[in-house]
Amino acid sequence: MKATIIVTLKPTVLDPQGITIQRSVQSMGLSEVSVIRQGKHFDVHLADGTSPERGKELVHRLAKDVLTNPVIEEFRIEWEQKK
Amino acid sequence: MKFGVVIFPGSNCDHDCYHAIQVSTGKPVEFIWHQETSLDGFDAVILPGGFAYGDYLRTGALARFSPVMGAVKNFADKGGMVIGICNGFQILTEAGLLPGALMRNNNMKYICKFLQLRTETTDSPFTNRLSKGQILNIPIGHGEGNYFADEDTLKELEDNFQVAFRYVENPNGSIHDIAGIVNKGRNVLGMMPHPDRSSEQLLGSSDGKLIFESMVNALAGAGR
Repeated sequence: MKATIIVTLKPTVLDPQGITIQRSVQSMGLSEVSVIRQGKHFDVHLADGTSPERGKELVHRLAKDVLTNPVIEEFRIEWEQKK
Repeated sequence: MKFGVVIFPGSNCDHDCYHAIQVSTGKPVEFIWHQETSLDGFDAVILPGGFAYGDYLRTGALARFSPVMGAVKNFADKGGMVIGICNGFQILTEAGLLPGALMRNNNMKYICKFLQLRTETTDSPFTNRLSKGQILNIPIGHGEGNYFADEDTLKELEDNFQVAFRYVENPNGSIHDIAGIVNKGRNVLGMMPHPDRSSEQLLGSSDGKLIFESMVNALAGAGR
């Protein structure tokens, strides 16, 4: 099983890095880019044989308790579709 | 009375703190490696500045998993004095010992300079030698010192007089100009400015010494 965890700043929290990138690309001439918000992306692989229930639970726990600071950030989890 | 200075992998103000305690208080001080699980025998613990775990993931986020942090939490729960300076403050917020979070400075710059702090409360073991409103000349050195907390948390901090120090001129975008806070029990202080870099006149200011002297004073009151 593989999951991707995407961590972003809450919409209410100022993102100085995103703002700086957005301003910088203005000087490239990309004037249509009006907002950039920076986040983090984590690929997580689970050992073979991990049950889907256990996998879901621990990826959620990992995202919530370690990868995200709930004061300023939020997360979403995307599961790799089985082929 | 004995001070302890925790060393995480990536701490770089551990020796500054050790030296500052020696010159400003004359009390015994020992280093505590982050793998330690007991703080028996210590009366006050300092989490120093630096870049614990390379600031990976988020500043302070991985240091909270060091074994010593369980002991620090127990120590604080029992009323022991804990002071987190700079990266130490970031670690205390990540570990949940202090509310809020420290974000990237709003001007994106790493700022290293002396600035003025206003003392907001004298009701703590870290500020009992100060007077309310007293201005301290203490330097900062950080890229992520922009304090943030939600409105409810801020209201609680203000209502309980938990803001210990405010910047006279806000350098980094910190909400309510906050430079340092104490917990509800008032025995845990986190601050971005460095009293360890301003404890003797040779360094440009000895105002930081007053914070360490306050801690000694608080314990002397408790008979130690």
